[in-house]
Order: sequence, then structure tokens, then C-alpha cells
Amino acid sequence: MTYRFRDLLALEPLSADELTFILDQAKPFQEIQRHPLKKLATLRGKTVVLAFFENSTRTRLSFATAASRLGADTMNLQAEASSLKKGETLLDTANNLNAMRPDCFVMRHASSGAADFVARHLEIPVVNAGDGTHEHPSQGLLDALTIRDRLGNLNNLNVTILGDISHSRVARSNIHLLGKFGCRFTLCGPAMWVPRELEKIGPAGTPIRCVYRVEEALEDADVIIVLRVQTERLHEPSLSQNDYILLYQLNTERMKLAKPGALILHPGPINRGIEITPEVADGPQSAVLEQVTNGVATRMAILYLLMVGATEGAHPALEAKPEVTPKESAHASD
Amino acid sequence: MRIVEKSQLMSAAEIDRTLQRLAHQIVEKSGGTKSLALIGIRRRGVPLAQRIARAMRGIDGVEVPVGTLDITLYRDDLSKVAPQAVLQSSDISFGVDSMDLVLVDDVLYTGRTIRAAMNGLFDLGRPKRVSLCVLIDRGHREMPIEAQFVGRTIQTSDTEIIEVRLAEIDHEERVVLVDRVD
Repeated sequence: MTYRFRDLLALEPLSADELTFILDQAKPFQEIQRHPLKKLATLRGKTVVLAFFENSTRTRLSFATAASRLGADTMNLQAEASSLKKGETLLDTANNLNAMRPDCFVMRHASSGAADFVARHLEIPVVNAGDGTHEHPSQGLLDALTIRDRLGNLNNLNVTILGDISHSRVARSNIHLLGKFGCRFTLCGPAMWVPRELEKIGPAGTPIRCVYRVEEALEDADVIIVLRVQTERLHEPSLSQNDYILLYQLNTERMKLAKPGALILHPGPINRGIEITPEVADGPQSAVLEQVTNGVATRMAILYLLMVGATEGAHPALEAKPEVTPKESAHASD
Repeated sequence: MRIVEKSQLMSAAEIDRTLQRLAHQIVEKSGGTKSLALIGIRRRGVPLAQRIARAMRGIDGVEVPVGTLDITLYRDDLSKVAPQAVLQSSDISFGVDSMDLVLVDDVLYTGRTIRAAMNGLFDLGRPKRVSLCVLIDRGHREMPIEAQFVGRTIQTSDTEIIEVRLAEIDHEERVVLVDRVD
């Protein structure tokens, strides 16, 4: 099997076999994380652009580490220090970076569909490192890798996602990936963050239910994905921070409702004491640091698949277009 | 272009006898099996290394550790191999520091695979000694690399291909010489 796309823009168009193939390709790179010498020469002489139009620390460093361990060089663009502030459009910025002849374009942007838009204009592979509320494919893949390592396989799991689902590209990528393996989803959070329309976002036939009591959501869960609460989105009178903690925080007591051995994931960064208690975040069921280690291996696999021999016989981008069209004028992170 | 089989170079019995001899030679030259380990290069070096280790058990009564190495990431011709060369796992569960390692592969040709394998090995540590054991040496080297333990040396032309077919992978057991004809 080969990876048939030129880019990695979303997990939605990928089949279960293709997703399994990418996860399998991450395995040799997991081994390399354990080597005393972690640096390969596989992508020597190649350059990866890391264009983060929206701020990120973990994902950017993870891609930078992945590129470096494969022997590639990186070019960094960060929102706060870029010409975006001077009014350059997204396309102009992408074209200018591309004119420096990189071999791969990794980008994050606050607008859904931005990576897809750039991919239509560039001839090099584009990796979506998060676009608005659309998808975050490398996070979806590293979460699946972590689940598969801990629980043995991805088939028919009960997956509970807690928090602000409506704004979460991580939740969407998780659902598009795990849904293809027959997983059932329970989405839970305050009603403003868990609208009923979310029940239709998965692959056809995926059971997704929205519930508003955390006790109900945790019952029989195999995997619990806790999302970061963006405290700026919590405000009175709708919901105070204390109310959120009282109603939705994942704590030791509530964990007893899930299956014994249920796995806890969090895409980070964690708000300790808000969406999750320190005891649960640091407990034996939590895999948050494994997610970070697996993130480097997953991103090495993605860069390897897109950049090795990618020039011949690769298809143009076939990825499904997101519904939201990006504004062509770039804007600083929001 | 067609591929035609020209001749059989080794039968199943000959492969077995050759591996027995190679096992004896490795034990003899290493002065025993202490600190010795075999590393099979994917794919066909892996069953060969396992068979040599089995033969060594009969000689010294000692279990020689066997690791496997996937060299895809270390190749210098990766972009020419295929649109995507599928990666397999390497599996070396013992420390390689101060070990006496024998790389095992089916055919020694340009030497580039062995160059890649050594780069891979040295990312894992610093072995005391690395030697090379191959079932067939067919010449045409492009690197300053030689095997210390050779099953058989065969003169070949550039268009010919040597196919080592092993029961574990190919469900038959023989070595054949094939040729590309236009």
C-alpha cells in the first residue's frame, strides 16, 4: 500500500486501511525515539517550512523535532514576528516562502480550510497542523497510535470526548479517524459547546450522542479524551469557571464510572484543576506524555510518506474541501 | 522486458549445508559464541540469521541472540526505490555496545545495503566488531566492503538477478539466476 495523496489536509477522506498504513509507518519511528542517536539522514538536504499563522508551541516543536530527526532543515514562520502584521495576504506569504524552494509546507491557521486553500496553490506537499475548527490530522493520528499501543486495537471502542467540542478540530479529527474503526462516541460538555448537530459529523453510520451530564458520559467509556477548556470562552452569566469544575471536571471519583483501565488522553496544554484534576492527569490511566512522544514519531511518519519519492506518481490533492472558505486576507492569530 | 530463469544455483539441501558451514566458520573465527550476536537484514537476511543461530546451538549449545534490521531509512537511493518504500520495524532487543556482531544478508552486490546497515547499527551504539556473512557474493561492488563469511561466490553480469527464495518468505527453497531480456 502507498499513501495516495500529495498532502495531509484532513483525516475525513482517508479509509481505515490508509489510516492503519500511516499508523504502521509510525512504528519504526517510535523505535528511533528510544535510540541513543536519534538523527537520521533520510531527508538530508530537504527543507520543511513550519508556517504557524496561529500560535503553537507543542505542535510546532513536535514537527521541528520530527523534521530534524529525519535530517531535514526547517524554516520557521511565527505569527507574532511575521509580515502578517504588515498586511500581507496568506497566499502572498505562502508564495514567498515557497519561492525559497522548500520541499514541504506545514501550516497552522485560525481559518478552517486555510491549509486546503494553500495546497491548491503550491506544488509541494502541504501538511495541515490545525485549521480553525476543521481538523488537526496529525493530532488525530497520534491519539490513535497511543490508543492502539495501550489498548491493543482501535475497533469498536466507546470514546467519550469532554469539553468544548464545537470549537475543537482535535475532536473532529478523532471522530473522523476512530469512527472508521467502528468506535461509538459520547460528546459531553455545556450545551453551548455541544450542539446536537455534532451527532452528524462522523463517518456515515457512526453512533454519536451528545449528553450534558458527565456521569452519563463516562459510563462504560474505554477512552476519555479531555479537551482544553479555553478559559476565555467561559464567562458569566452562561457558565463560570467554578460551575464548569463542579459539573464537568474529570476527577478520581468520576473516573470510577468509566471501564476499569479506561485510557485518558488530552491534547494539551492542560489546565490543571479545571478540566482535569492533577491526580487523574498524572495517574496510571493517563497517556498524556506518551501522546507527546508519539507525536514526534507520527509526524516523522507523515513527513517520510509525503517527502520520500513524493515527486513522481503522486496524485494532486484529492482531499475533501471543508465547508468554510477561508478569507483570502491573512489575519493574525485570534 | 521479461524475466527468464537461467539456472538453479543452489538446492534446498545445498542451502542447508552452506548455512551449517557458515555457522561453524563464524564460531571458529570468533573463538566461541560469547558476546556474539547475529543481525539479519530485512527481509531475507532475517530467516538466514535465525537458521545460522539454530545451527550454532548445535555446535556450542549456546543461544546466540538474533536481531533484525530494516535499512530503508538509511538508504542513499531512497527516492529511486519506489514512490514510497514501506518501512518495517527493526528489532534488536540486546545492547550492541562491545558486542561481536555479524550482519547476515542473502546476496552481496553493490555493498550499499551493508553501508546503510552499518549506519543503522551505529545509531544503536558502538559494537566491538562488525563482520558480514552472506549466502551469495555476486561481485560488482560500488563500496569498499567485503564479506568475511561467504556461502558461494558467483560471477554474474549486470543484467542478471540472483533470487534467494526461502521457505519462510517465498514458500520454496532454492537459489536461482534470472536474467532480464528485452
